[in-house]
Amino acid sequence: MKNNKYKKALTGGAAAAEALRQINPDVAPVYPITPQTPIIETFAKFCADGKARTEIMTAESEHSAISAAVGSQAAGARTVTATSSQGLALMNEILYIASGMRLPIVMLISARALSAPINIHGDHSDVMGARDTGWIQLFSENSQEVYDNTIIGTKLAERSELPIMVIMDGFTTSHSVENLEMLPDGTVRKFVGRYKNKEALLNVKKPHTFGPVSLPDSYFELKIDQDEAMKEVLKNYEETAGEFKEVSGRDYELIEEYRAKDADHILVLIGSTAGTAKDVVDNIREKGEKVGLVKIKLFRPFPYKEVAVAVSKAKSIAVMDRSISFGSVPPLYSEIINSVKDCDLRVASYVYALGGRDIFTKDIERVFEDLISGNISDKTEYLNAKTQ
Amino acid sequence: MNKKLTEKFYPGHATCAGCGIPAIVRHVLDEADCPVVVINATGCLEVTSTLYPYSAWKVPYIHNAFENAAATAAGVETAYRALKKKGKIKDKMKFVVFAGDGGTFDIGLQALSGMLERGHDVLYVAYDNEGYMNTGGQRSSATPVGADMETTPAGKKSSGNKLPRKDMMEIVKSHHIKYLAQANVAYIEDLRKKARKALETEGPSFLLVLQPCTNVWKFPTSDYVKIGKLATETNYWPLYEIEDGRYILNLKIEKPKKIEEYLKTQKRFGHLLSPKNKELVKNIQENINREWEGLIERENGGIVEQ
Ligand SMILES: Cc1ncc(C[n+]2csc(CCOP(=O)(O)OP(=O)(O)O)c2C)c(N)n1
Ligand code: SF4
Ligand SMILES: [Mg+2]
Repeated sequence: MKNNKYKKALTGGAAAAEALRQINPDVAPVYPITPQTPIIETFAKFCADGKARTEIMTAESEHSAISAAVGSQAAGARTVTATSSQGLALMNEILYIASGMRLPIVMLISARALSAPINIHGDHSDVMGARDTGWIQLFSENSQEVYDNTIIGTKLAERSELPIMVIMDGFTTSHSVENLEMLPDGTVRKFVGRYKNKEALLNVKKPHTFGPVSLPDSYFELKIDQDEAMKEVLKNYEETAGEFKEVSGRDYELIEEYRAKDADHILVLIGSTAGTAKDVVDNIREKGEKVGLVKIKLFRPFPYKEVAVAVSKAKSIAVMDRSISFGSVPPLYSEIINSVKDCDLRVASYVYALGGRDIFTKDIERVFEDLISGNISDKTEYLNAKTQ
Repeated sequence: MNKKLTEKFYPGHATCAGCGIPAIVRHVLDEADCPVVVINATGCLEVTSTLYPYSAWKVPYIHNAFENAAATAAGVETAYRALKKKGKIKDKMKFVVFAGDGGTFDIGLQALSGMLERGHDVLYVAYDNEGYMNTGGQRSSATPVGADMETTPAGKKSSGNKLPRKDMMEIVKSHHIKYLAQANVAYIEDLRKKARKALETEGPSFLLVLQPCTNVWKFPTSDYVKIGKLATETNYWPLYEIEDGRYILNLKIEKPKKIEEYLKTQKRFGHLLSPKNKELVKNIQENINREWEGLIERENGGIVEQ
């Protein structure tokens, strides 16, 4: 085995901070909230030690942190921030402005439940609540992906002229130490390159008006343009991930298919639970059932076609959501239903691990058992909840 | 029109005829001796100057939202420092916020406090027309007692807004910034002098500028200077500076006019002239006298803090 000094054992939060250190952004307006705080603390220490030359701005709220990020990125500075839960909810108004202005801000998110009641633990309610804000949403399964996605995400955002949320699961990923392989500093810096924007506030020779008023004669088209730009992200992602593979050897596709090619029954989910689900797939495969997993990475834009192709040969699939859309169906399930509308298969819906509730292998086994036995409910089922 | 004055903020904006905002913007920016970047809160100035795909701004300009002009400016200024340190920018620049009273006293107060407290090198200009004008004239915490506003209408059982104006100057002063001043668009030379001082200040500076609004205060479009002058001549709107904690009164009117002289020029105060509001007007006058005396005391007190 080669002795590799780039192999590290880091929490997801620390992995994100390491990636930020290497990217060396210009500005980072920050505000603390659990479970995101270790990211900005670790990164602030890097800056204090001279390992990154980023201006940290200690904002007085998340609303101001993202507002300052808009100002800073528009000024022409590469800008990053981080948040969770209530912080992301507080930013909501400005998230739309950042994307409407086409500013490629990078935001690390440790996904967490939303109040009320207040709960600091992991789920996807916060990020799913922000799914229509016009930000790219890139989810990570583990520390390695957090690290890689932060680097890929920076380039992807700038290439697409859209802001990006690089998302990890609060605590499960943000606070658990896992092995990962970093890249040399120089490789990362070269990969992301220098940030250049067409219009910058600080380009006083070419004054530009950011954030104008638009009336019914122009607003509609501007929003269509924004949607087109978002759709382009799928292509941009493949290009960026391809470039990343060249420097890292790590191969990231739009979705991750795990033993899904010949599977009769496929589980679709997002985030850290994919790790556990892969073990379950292996165990059930050993018993002779053809099961597999599709892991969603980009949630916005959503890779409808890729999902459809990946599951089209299956007999049934199950979707596990880590948030609720009150009065409707869960967010990922809704996207999957849209993806498979031309496929002949049954789709089951499960919600799991809200507010940091555990999810066990037995819960995932049950999902596969339901698929295999054809026990597919019309309703969304709750895993490991006390209602049943 | 003076060509130099309109270099940064062009004609072709759509503020009401007789609005004092453009004069404030032009004279403040004209005092800058280096390139400026403008940060603007949602409000009358913003909606009337940036109608896509046109813009009256010939300097770099950003409008983010209503309550976050100060935070946006903080981000722009931080970016400037970061890029300068890294050698990516060389030019000297100044950053100027324009925000209304609503965007300053109310919804933007937190962001302003953060910007002041962190010491960003930004001039924040609040043009104060004493209400939410862009949305049609609702009360803000800058609205004076007795004003008939859309959300505090005068009626059979009400004489309009009951709550006194928030003392924004004292709030800003509490952040220990080096320079802040109260000015009035009707006193352009005084405003220009203050803008110059503020722009020369390192770190945050603040100007609170009275801007009579023809549309909501309801007076003839030709009269904003006249009304502005009356506001100061009655001592309702004293002109003063706070420099390193020291109060300087810029204009001491020998015989201040009675507040009725001011009130009667605007329909928003029309109901106050009826006999049943006599007591209220008396209170308003007493408050003005008390506040003026407070200012004199503070001026005489010399250095209030170090
Ligand atoms: C968060 C938010 N709330 C409310 C509004 C609606 N709004 C836009 S401008 C405005 C009033 C602005 O008042 P002020 O700051 O005094 O500026 P002026 O209109 O008087 O120039 C309001 C209430 C908004 N744009 N954003
Ligand atoms: S409503 Fe008042 S403040 Fe707004 S543009 Fe008209 S005069 Fe100026
Ligand atoms: Mg106003």
